Amino acid sequence: MTDDDERQRLERLSHNLRRRAFIYQTIRDFFNQQGFLEVETPVRSSAIAPEKEIIPIQSEGWFLSTSPELFMKRLLAAGYDRIFQFSHCFRKGERGAYHNPEFSLLEWYRQGVNYEQMMLDTEQIVTATAAALGTGPNLLYRGNTIDLSLPWDRITIADAFQKLAGWDPTIDPDARRFDEDTVLKVVPNLNPHRPAFLIDYPAPMASLARLKPGNPRVAERVELFIGGLELANAYSELINQKEQEIRFREEIAQIKKEQNRVAPMPEKFIKAVANLPECAGIALGMDRLVMLFSNAARIDEVMPFTIDEA
Amino acid sequence: MDISEVRKGSKIMIEGVPYNVEEAEFMKPGKGSAIYRYKLRNLVDGSSTNKTYHSGEKFTGANVNTREGQFLYREGSNFIFMNTDTFEQYTIEETLLGDKSHFLKEGTIVTTMMLEEKPLDITLPIFVELKVTKSDIATKTDTVTAQLKSATLETGYQIDVPTFIKEGDTIKVDTRTGTYVERVVTKK
Repeated sequence: MTDDDERQRLERLSHNLRRRAFIYQTIRDFFNQQGFLEVETPVRSSAIAPEKEIIPIQSEGWFLSTSPELFMKRLLAAGYDRIFQFSHCFRKGERGAYHNPEFSLLEWYRQGVNYEQMMLDTEQIVTATAAALGTGPNLLYRGNTIDLSLPWDRITIADAFQKLAGWDPTIDPDARRFDEDTVLKVVPNLNPHRPAFLIDYPAPMASLARLKPGNPRVAERVELFIGGLELANAYSELINQKEQEIRFREEIAQIKKEQNRVAPMPEKFIKAVANLPECAGIALGMDRLVMLFSNAARIDEVMPFTIDEA
Repeated sequence: MDISEVRKGSKIMIEGVPYNVEEAEFMKPGKGSAIYRYKLRNLVDGSSTNKTYHSGEKFTGANVNTREGQFLYREGSNFIFMNTDTFEQYTIEETLLGDKSHFLKEGTIVTTMMLEEKPLDITLPIFVELKVTKSDIATKTDTVTAQLKSATLETGYQIDVPTFIKEGDTIKVDTRTGTYVERVVTKK
């Protein structure tokens, strides 16, 4: 690629990059008005949450952040009750129309609430962003008009899968089939004109979330989908130290067995869970939010330098 | 190679058959395993197929390379070529060449796609010049629209040509369509 090609490419992105900066500013204002503290936590750490399907990138024996979640919870455990962070995260091998191995997450946490509040917060943030951008209640994204008026649908995973994939993963939690049907059957067939929260995931698919009181087959986990984009993932956080340690130990053993990958136990985090108050948190993909508001089909249209240009 | 290293344009072996990855789509639920959807071109028979794979899958790369070759001669159903760099000879079966055999005359330079040392396919020049060895005498003359008649070329290929083409003429043929383009040499 010549210098001229790069200039032209970056000039074409100018509108989306300005929009991106404006969206960041809008969201910062939102959190500041709500009394949240903006924090920054390390990009490199000694241990990350062991997750089988999220492969970390290593840096001189340290792990690049796959999400700031564990640091955010250590702050919560120390009494910080409302915190947010924009951070760069790294996940090995994730490259596609909606993925770049280095990407930006917005995470926020609140003490004393559960995942219901995360859904309310997300509704407010996305609609406030739409209002600030002047898009009105109807957003055009890749040929579909999306009606952002509140409240958005809450659909249980059991209902969505029974209707769109013909089985119930909360009874038979087959992870591989669940992942494939999520991307090939469920998400593409949600109502394209409305945002949707998919709630109450099978318990084995939410290693950091608490189980739903009265229904231990599911965990209080929610994901937001708009226009086919997986935008956010939230939990009512697991605050039982023993249970968290057991779940991590099982995950670490599976990672070793299936991938021969060494995932260390995040000891400092486990220690902090003892002091974790009831709380909920969420991670929202900023690149994808910008894609949604820029009518962008590829993540390449909202970041100046993907891994292919880095 | 691990599936995460497969890109658009990668050449991979699936059940002993080499494929070119023409389109690669990466999909992944944030917490779940990656799904890879490929549009694949079978490098042996040219057919196209779609396949879905999961993370963790391993592939062997297909060691596919190309080389320039000159067609030397035909021996029964075998077509003998010579590598123009090394002067080594290699053979391609008529069945593998399919219709392309109709346009091969001695001396034609082709690009050969090889899997390891095994030829898979050739790419012909877009135009080849072939001599007319047999041609019917036109039955009609003096018409406004161009009339075509059947002719046989030196390779045995049957082609429709304008009525003014005579035995011994050399004509240019488009190998993509197998049709007559123009007369290049008139028999004296």
